[in-house]
Amino acid sequence: MRLRDRLARALGLERFLVGEGPQPGPVELHRRRVYILPSRTGLGFALLLALLLLGATNYGNSLGFMLTFLLFGMAWAAMHHTYRNLVRLRVQAGTAAPVFAGSPARFLVELDDATGTARHALRLRLPDGDPVTVDVAGRDRAILSRPTTRRGWVALGRFTIDTVYPLGLFRAWAHVDLGQRCLVFPRPAPPGGPPPPGTARSDRAGAAGRDGDDFSGFRAYQPGDPPRHVYWKGVARAYGLLTKQFGGDVREELWLDWDQVPESEIEARLSRLCRWALETEAAGLAFGLRLPGATVEPGHGEAHLERCLTELALFRAGETGR
Amino acid sequence: MRTAELYPRLLAGMVLVGAPLALHQPPWLSLGWLLIVLLPWWRLSRGRTLPGPWLRVPLAIAGLLAVLATYGGVHGRDPGVALLTTMIALKLLELRSLRDLYVTVFLGYFLVMANLLYSQEPPMAAYLLLSVLVLTATLVAANRGPARVALRDELRLGGKLLLQGLPIMLILFFLFPRIEGPLWHMPEERDQAVTGIGEEMSPGDISRLVQDDSVAFRVTFDGAVPPPAERYWRGPVMWFTNGRRWRAGTLPGTRGGFRGLGDPIHYDVTLEPNRQRWLFALDLPVDIPDGARLTDDFQVQVDNPVNERRRYRAASVTEYLAPGLSPAQRRSGLQLPGVVSPRVRELALDWRAKAADDRAVVDLALAHFREQPFVYTLEPPRLPGDPIDGFLFETRRGFCEHFATSFTVLMRLAGIPTRVVTGYQGGQMNPFGGYLIVRQSDAHAWTEVWLPGRGWTRVDPTAAVAPERVERSIDAGAGLGSDGAVQFRGLGGSFGVSLGEQLQLLIDNVYAQWDLWVLGYGAARQLEVLSQLGLGIESWRDITLALAIAIGLLLPLIGWSILRSPGRTRDPAARLYRRFCDRLARRGLPRADHEPPCRFAERVAAARPDLAGAVGHITALYVGLRYAPATRAGDLAALRRAVRAFRA
Repeated sequence: MRLRDRLARALGLERFLVGEGPQPGPVELHRRRVYILPSRTGLGFALLLALLLLGATNYGNSLGFMLTFLLFGMAWAAMHHTYRNLVRLRVQAGTAAPVFAGSPARFLVELDDATGTARHALRLRLPDGDPVTVDVAGRDRAILSRPTTRRGWVALGRFTIDTVYPLGLFRAWAHVDLGQRCLVFPRPAPPGGPPPPGTARSDRAGAAGRDGDDFSGFRAYQPGDPPRHVYWKGVARAYGLLTKQFGGDVREELWLDWDQVPESEIEARLSRLCRWALETEAAGLAFGLRLPGATVEPGHGEAHLERCLTELALFRAGETGR
Repeated sequence: MRTAELYPRLLAGMVLVGAPLALHQPPWLSLGWLLIVLLPWWRLSRGRTLPGPWLRVPLAIAGLLAVLATYGGVHGRDPGVALLTTMIALKLLELRSLRDLYVTVFLGYFLVMANLLYSQEPPMAAYLLLSVLVLTATLVAANRGPARVALRDELRLGGKLLLQGLPIMLILFFLFPRIEGPLWHMPEERDQAVTGIGEEMSPGDISRLVQDDSVAFRVTFDGAVPPPAERYWRGPVMWFTNGRRWRAGTLPGTRGGFRGLGDPIHYDVTLEPNRQRWLFALDLPVDIPDGARLTDDFQVQVDNPVNERRRYRAASVTEYLAPGLSPAQRRSGLQLPGVVSPRVRELALDWRAKAADDRAVVDLALAHFREQPFVYTLEPPRLPGDPIDGFLFETRRGFCEHFATSFTVLMRLAGIPTRVVTGYQGGQMNPFGGYLIVRQSDAHAWTEVWLPGRGWTRVDPTAAVAPERVERSIDAGAGLGSDGAVQFRGLGGSFGVSLGEQLQLLIDNVYAQWDLWVLGYGAARQLEVLSQLGLGIESWRDITLALAIAIGLLLPLIGWSILRSPGRTRDPAARLYRRFCDRLARRGLPRADHEPPCRFAERVAAARPDLAGAVGHITALYVGLRYAPATRAGDLAALRRAVRAFRA
């Protein structure tokens, strides 16, 4: 825990500095959640007003007083515009597509103006990240990125939405934690390593077992294939026409096995398995995954690949980044 | 770079603010300013970067030296403002980050203040308000989000912010406790030569002054306005002469036995700065403002020259007995120039011999002016020798000071204590503001003679020659008549006044109210105005309390009204839908903020089945435009038509 957070807790200022804990679901930034203080520019502006007031008093300059007071009134109005720009904004967690370790995790944050008020120049910022600026008219989204180094779950954690619009004299902010998390797959081992064992074998045995009971994979549709073997879901996913193959006893099974990985260190092994899974999938072969304590039956397709990668990501891991 | 995009806007704003200062600054500064502003504009418009410190540092040193060389220092208004503008110009060469932009805009606001030190007239105020708007819009532009916003919208938001600040400004302006006088000493500005009545007078001084149409002071009377012939505004009283020059001064005297006949006239004067130590008051003042001094010859004097517009209240009587005459006053009232020509002396002694008493001598002298061919003219011939003799016997053409001074010398020769009084006579009523305008062109000189039993009595020899003078004002702008005689204005009031002159009076009224309510609203006036409200405000403590209450109520009110009004949304569909909801709200069917459009439509349809069709149509269009992934091009126009046609 950072020193600031610890101090905040000690002083009972948690909500002010840290915000509330993780809240899944849409969060509306109600009045008690939005804070506002003069920005550094605003303090400079206050100094300007003081100097103008001093000058007006010294020269007995009536319009100088007017100028000073007009600018004060303007700043007062601007403060409420700044506050209104943020308050009652509805924030909701969007999706966060899984990534491979090393590439940034991209979290979608959905923003909804909730009151029909256009919001300008809202800045979303992670404690240690660069701000992302968005305008919100109706419903918009912002993408917050967080670098990843390790596989497993990475949480977005607390981020800050703030705004200085329209004049930059005041900063209104709210801390939000939507409990969003993103799955991080192991970083694939560099290409060019040893191929997955068993890929050398072709699927010549497949033809024999074409009419068996167990699904063994896909192949391109050939006229004459029975319609119930056509993979219709694949049509909808724009894979083209595929025919499901079913093998008999001599089923061709490609297993990506923990014990067959040449590397010895855990993360290196997972990286290697990750690379193999990607290559096998790319080659259009069905494969299964066997890890100590977890097995994924052989399969094919995007969902299958993702399932395998998820197993790899979460292998013997609690959640990281939290 | 964002700042590069904002730069032309910022430069335009700064040029707008800085331009009027060119009137008050040496040409090198204005020219250099323009060059420095153009340089970065030129470079950035070609996508190049700004020059580095190798240019800024030498320029800063050169600017400082140039200011020092021009003004001989940096203390005071002019060099201070020159230094400020120089440094701002150099700041413009340094615009890199958003922070530099903020600093520059703030310096721009400061330049507005610098402008106000030179002029606070209504046109300048309007101009500077526009500049403030442009600067504020630049701040808005600097803070906007990624979406492109039209300049018009930025100006609109800037204007909105200023408008919302306006009530706060007014409350603070009227209730913020003002402090009298400067906080620190400032060197006096000597650059403005101010014309007006002075403490010395030579023939020709007043006729020169009469060419000047500027306002000397304005007067508001409590009751009826005295007739033109009684409007003698008393200024310096001249006792001493060397024959050509006349000089004012105070003598040990007495006002003993003074008695006003008739009710005193109360009035407020707003005196324009004249750098003199006199306040002008209607003849003769009986009640004078605090801090002023009434001398024994009824001059109202102040310790410090009137360098700023000054408002004061006084009371006067136009009929009176003023018998006080001290030995010193008698001696000075009979003092003669070193040289008096024999025929002047002869003329006076002749009247003395003919007349039974002093009063008769005065009448004979006035008759002389009336019957002899004297001409009242603005352009009297020069009098190189003895001016009294030359005027009375040679040229016989003169202005009021010629008549007054020669009359005085003649009376003194006849043994009657006499003094010259200078000031203003007459004035023009402004029907729009109900006040009297006294201009420099109303400058006048008259005399007072001391008559036994009656005391000091006003005699205006000019009136004997040109009776119109005391009835009307001189129209200096109209030039001279065919014989060189003076042209007069029409009688006061709107009757017989030309359209142009009416317009002039209207503008003068605007300026007068501006002076009264804006420029003249200082510590004294603030207390005066606030105490008249009847709220028991008697001191600056009360003012502070009133301010605290008023601002404590106003500030939250403004904030509340901003927070409850939804901001302008860019989405035209949302705007149209909001208008539709407003119409329904007026019919008692408000939409709750959290209510989805479809559910709202259901509720409305249940409450008003007759509207169900239109509401359903509008809601469907709106939901389609807002939430459907792709919308047809005609939908927005259809929504606009439907909302326009919708009558709840």
